[in-house]
Amino acid sequence: MSVPAVVVEDPPEDYLQEHTLKSWLLTTDHKRVGILYMISVTVFFFVGGAAATLMRLELMTPRGDVLATPDAYNRLFTMHGVIMIFFFLIPAIPAVLGNFLLPLMIGARDLAFPKLNLMSWYVYIIGGMIGIWIMVFGGVDTGWTFYTPFSTMFSNTMVVTAAVAVFITGFSSILTGLNFVVTVHTMRAPGMTWFRLPLFVWSHYATSLIMILGTPVLAISVVLIALERIFGVGIFDPALGGDPILFQHLFWFYSHPAVYIMVLPGFAVVSEIIPCFARRPIFGYKFIAFSSVAIAIFSFLVWGHHMFVSGQSMYAGMIFSILSFLVAIPSAIKVFNWTATLYKGSIRLDTPMLYALGFIGLFTMGGLTGLMLASLAIDVHVHDTYFIVAHFHYIMVGGTVMAYLGGVHFWWPKISGRMYPEFWGKLSAMLVFVGFNLTFFPQFLLGYLGMPRRYFEYRPEFQVLNVMSTAGASILAIGYVMPLVYMLLSLRKPPNAGPNPWGATGLEWQVESPPPVHNFHDPVVVTCDPYMYSPEEAERDYAHDQHVRNA
Amino acid sequence: MTHHIIAVRTYLIIYFALIAFLFATVGASFLPSTAPHLLIAMTIATIKAVLIILFFMHVYYSNRLTWIVAVASLLWLTLLLAFTLADYFSRGWLDIPGK
Ligand SMILES: [Cu+2]
Repeated sequence: MSVPAVVVEDPPEDYLQEHTLKSWLLTTDHKRVGILYMISVTVFFFVGGAAATLMRLELMTPRGDVLATPDAYNRLFTMHGVIMIFFFLIPAIPAVLGNFLLPLMIGARDLAFPKLNLMSWYVYIIGGMIGIWIMVFGGVDTGWTFYTPFSTMFSNTMVVTAAVAVFITGFSSILTGLNFVVTVHTMRAPGMTWFRLPLFVWSHYATSLIMILGTPVLAISVVLIALERIFGVGIFDPALGGDPILFQHLFWFYSHPAVYIMVLPGFAVVSEIIPCFARRPIFGYKFIAFSSVAIAIFSFLVWGHHMFVSGQSMYAGMIFSILSFLVAIPSAIKVFNWTATLYKGSIRLDTPMLYALGFIGLFTMGGLTGLMLASLAIDVHVHDTYFIVAHFHYIMVGGTVMAYLGGVHFWWPKISGRMYPEFWGKLSAMLVFVGFNLTFFPQFLLGYLGMPRRYFEYRPEFQVLNVMSTAGASILAIGYVMPLVYMLLSLRKPPNAGPNPWGATGLEWQVESPPPVHNFHDPVVVTCDPYMYSPEEAERDYAHDQHVRNA
Repeated sequence: MTHHIIAVRTYLIIYFALIAFLFATVGASFLPSTAPHLLIAMTIATIKAVLIILFFMHVYYSNRLTWIVAVASLLWLTLLLAFTLADYFSRGWLDIPGK
């Protein structure tokens, strides 16, 4: 009998080296958990997108013809909303890019609680499975907002199951937020002071605060719905001494700040891309950093602007209206600072930059129409019309999804070690921008003309704008499928990106791509401020390249 | 960071205090219907919550940052209640003809 030779294996070089399913499902590596999230949110994005496609097909003609019943349409837009918000937008940037990058950016080995991080993914998957189960076996027709008294007294669909799904998924978001806050407080490398943190980290810190403070209230609201449906506890039913508007207070206490859970990470990504492709230090670092925290705090004071026509007191409405105008200030500070960063920069229009510039324009439009909606009188006119739908899609799709795609392109060389094809990247960015505007700009007009949201039939005079919108949606769909295809194809080639293809600052660019399992080979010490870019140097390099080419 | 170890005695005292308050809540429900039931029940519940937070959740023995976190979360709860109640109390202020 021979004794097997003892083989001392070298530790795997990069985090993608191990291939077994077990090594993925039991990983506690923040980079791998990020990848797990990336795969899952992509699946949910396309499921939610399929629901949107069906809706746009239905709305091509004034009569209901694609779907059998109005009820089917109700279930469709509910599933679109629930999936896109809870299973895509909220985890998209923090759980994918945040998980992957946060420890790298602050010079840490991993997040503070690696096992909790993996657990958050499992919790998310359980919630997501229940979500899919609902979709297959009946659906929900309350809209993603679960408004009472419809959800508690009248809806015959799987409201309680949906409440369970949302409740469970909320915990994955709380765990992520908790992990980020503790990590930023305790795991920064020596020399990585608070004002040397990349703005990506500041924004994610602010996002995490909202996740921790807000999500429990959402959990409570959906539990109360379930209690009232199952046991008839009188919380929202007036006949039992309850109040239906109380639900809207509880729900929006979370769900307005949730808008910032979705868009603050978008700010995070854009704050990294803009200085890199303008080759200038970011303008007004501290203002951008503190405006993130200000947004996190103010976002909790404005929720009543969703309730102007609900029967809420007029005086409360006035206060919420004024406060909503105030929350626009920190967002505006960011937009102005990004624009100022571009000034006298040496701008390169690569794919991530195209997405980031698209983000700034579309987010600004979404934000400014938000101010219109925060005005009491205008809101009464356009409440529950397509104007609202257009407004929040400008923020969520024009903002968050653009930023997510920009970020995925920007860090794809780091995540996968491979470059994506630049030509196709630029094309996808252009298609998404054009398709997006064609889809949603007509909806501003439709809403202003009085077309209500959430109906599957409409008056014939609205058809032209609806057809435009559907046409835009098909362009948008192509723009979204393209990156999926070329990014997957890029994986077939051996790693070719090198550690820092963009010449970017930041610790994550100092390690190889894909990063080693333990992130850094040597202890990290930070000695300088972030965003040390020089436009003059970039111009000199450019002139040199031109010279070489011409010679 | 050191962990303060709480004596079993302390846990027991808090535990029996909570049980006593539980009986107080049940007892209060037998008061005549003119008594301020909500006020009494809420006061007792608040005291119980504070005991749990301070001792069972170790906040009493924790460092300043933990205190800040605990107080800030209560502040956030206050925000929720204050704005919601502001709506409830001011709903009737405006006379709407025909209502
Ligand atoms: Cu809002």
